Amino acid sequence: MRYVIRLAIAEVLFATSLFAQESTNPQAVPDQPDISALLQKISDLEDRIIAMEGQMRQLKDQQATAQPAPHSEVSAPALVAAPQQPIALGGAEGSAAKALNPDISVIGDFIGVAGHNPIQPSPSMQMHESEIGLQAILDPYARGDFFLSFGEDGVNLEEGYITFTSLPAGFVARAGKMRSAFGKVNTLHNHILSWVDRPLVTYNLVGGEDGINDAGFSIQRILPAPKGIFLEATGQLFRGDSADVFTASSKSDLSQVIHLRGYKDISESTNLDLGVSYARGHNDLGSNFLTQLYGIDATMRWKPLRRSIYHSFVLRSEFFWSQRQQLPLEQRAFGFYTSADYQLGRRWFLGGRFDRSDRNRLTNVTDQGGSLVVTYWPSEFSQVRGQYRFTRYANNIDAHELLMQVQFSLGAHGAHPF
Amino acid sequence: MKKTRNYTSLAVSLLFWLLLCAVVLTTAAEAKNLNVVTSTADMAALAQEVGGDKINVESIAKGYQDPHFVEAKPSFLLRLRHADLLVSVGLQLEIGWLPPLITQSGNPRIQVGAPGYLDASQFSEILEIPQGAVTRAEGDVHPLGNPHYWLDPENGRRIARGIANKLKDLDPGDAAYFQQRFQDFDRRLSAAEQKWDAEMRPYRGRKVVTYHRSFPNFTRHFGLDVIGYVEPRPGIPPTPGHTIELIQVIKRENCKVVLVEPYFDLKTPQSIGRETGAQVVVYLPSVGGEKQVTTYFELFDYDIGLLIKAFQSGH
Repeated sequence: MRYVIRLAIAEVLFATSLFAQESTNPQAVPDQPDISALLQKISDLEDRIIAMEGQMRQLKDQQATAQPAPHSEVSAPALVAAPQQPIALGGAEGSAAKALNPDISVIGDFIGVAGHNPIQPSPSMQMHESEIGLQAILDPYARGDFFLSFGEDGVNLEEGYITFTSLPAGFVARAGKMRSAFGKVNTLHNHILSWVDRPLVTYNLVGGEDGINDAGFSIQRILPAPKGIFLEATGQLFRGDSADVFTASSKSDLSQVIHLRGYKDISESTNLDLGVSYARGHNDLGSNFLTQLYGIDATMRWKPLRRSIYHSFVLRSEFFWSQRQQLPLEQRAFGFYTSADYQLGRRWFLGGRFDRSDRNRLTNVTDQGGSLVVTYWPSEFSQVRGQYRFTRYANNIDAHELLMQVQFSLGAHGAHPF
Repeated sequence: MKKTRNYTSLAVSLLFWLLLCAVVLTTAAEAKNLNVVTSTADMAALAQEVGGDKINVESIAKGYQDPHFVEAKPSFLLRLRHADLLVSVGLQLEIGWLPPLITQSGNPRIQVGAPGYLDASQFSEILEIPQGAVTRAEGDVHPLGNPHYWLDPENGRRIARGIANKLKDLDPGDAAYFQQRFQDFDRRLSAAEQKWDAEMRPYRGRKVVTYHRSFPNFTRHFGLDVIGYVEPRPGIPPTPGHTIELIQVIKRENCKVVLVEPYFDLKTPQSIGRETGAQVVVYLPSVGGEKQVTTYFELFDYDIGLLIKAFQSGH
């Protein structure tokens, strides 16, 4: 449109100058400065149109997310960073209301299993999980995130929390239900994992697939550290009900999680991420029986920046110690996993994992196993994965399984935690 | 007894003055320079042009890195924590990594909607805004338009003006300085633009193929004709079927140049080059894509130099 206008003006100018030349009146010839002034004016107008287009995009994109829903009509002009009056979008009230909706995403996780596992049997095929994510900036001080997972057994609020992003002194706080900051894999949703399953130690010691996931508060802050080192402490207080790990028999049976994370870039492509975690809560035997968990996690990542979409390598280990008070004797268990994942090309990933873990209620019983994983990405939004898993349970019970997974993601692609 | 009290009051007043000095010194130290963090190196280069030595500016993504896929490393939080201003490209270019960094930064100044958050797309002319229904059948489309908009000098000027205005708001004491820096940038850019336009004029209408849709604003400004892309759809890696089709198009249209961003694999473009005789040029979409390209001006100088060389040797 602008170019049509520009062309038209240029044509008029051209015609005028021709006419002026023909009329043999030398004074009527528009002189150079006039034309350049006009051109400047056109370019200024163009800038203004572009600025207005930008504001409209901002209105569509950000207005919704940057303001509290209940007062949207009143506070709209105040919060949009536009210098001028907001543009009235005639008849756009319906879509403007929709613009207040949160970002919605759905991630489907289909799993097929072949092979025999007498200890932890899985169905041959299952729509393991359909996770709905609803995420938005709540108001100028907070954002909200919800993850509802629809599994074979019903609906579960996997996470639902408010994050206060504008607290003084650099604190970031959360309230709601959340995956606790105990270690690395416990914080991750299924679709971000490098495997179809979770490591054996997760099932044996730290609550299985749901992990330590509970209602409560969390507060975290970056700590002062020598230059180049990222140090962050997280403290969490929960109700005390998490899978089969913690059980609150009374209101005062709260559980706590503390996590300290240190991170350093070794080079622009390599980094090291270390963490220590501690969790404490009461177990299913009652208020007088404590379970304490200790964890160490270490991750080394490599990703060359110039070829970051083609190659990467992640080496990760997590070690867990469980101390469970029960009758007749306190049980102390240990378990760990080590995994490595290499990205072969833009679409192909190859990985392996070694597992070994005691069981938290019977610590003289130890299971171990290993997995090989191949992942293929048709695009950023879908993923096909095959995993061969061997598990040698205690008493020499062996399980050979082939797991196949298809994951697909609809809607706004939210960012993954690092 | 009285003497002791005198000493005490002396000590108290001394302590008071010392504390005051400390407070003044620390605030003075804090007020010295604005800390600006940008998502990409181009925004950093433009901010540096108008901010001069009154700002400290750092970019999260490197110029030779695919800006869609940056890892949200915790080390970036160390920079964001102290930032007074965060400049982003917007249009969902950074959707995969910037939001969690902003949330975890614990810095209220740079949260979306806060005065220290600036989305530079609002100042720029945006192309390829999808009309009608948008689906991912078209690949990783950006529903708000193509986010690679900074490669048009006109947009560079608009972004610089937007950043200068924001810096004036955040640091009114130095407003005149930022204004003067912008005017100076504007003058130098106009001069450079005339030179670039003149250099590129003989090649207007030339046909090129690009890997990703990274250069629409550049090709439009300089009148180049993009006849195809190495990617079958944005964000989808090349497929054999599409590559064969593209080779036919290149031969039919007599296209001589294939432009590839520095972060894409050269295998497919080179095989296209071998089949068609077109030259494969590693083209920089961003400042810092090569070591010697450190400013917004050098980015155009470098890219235009490469293009002209390729067009000339294609004869």
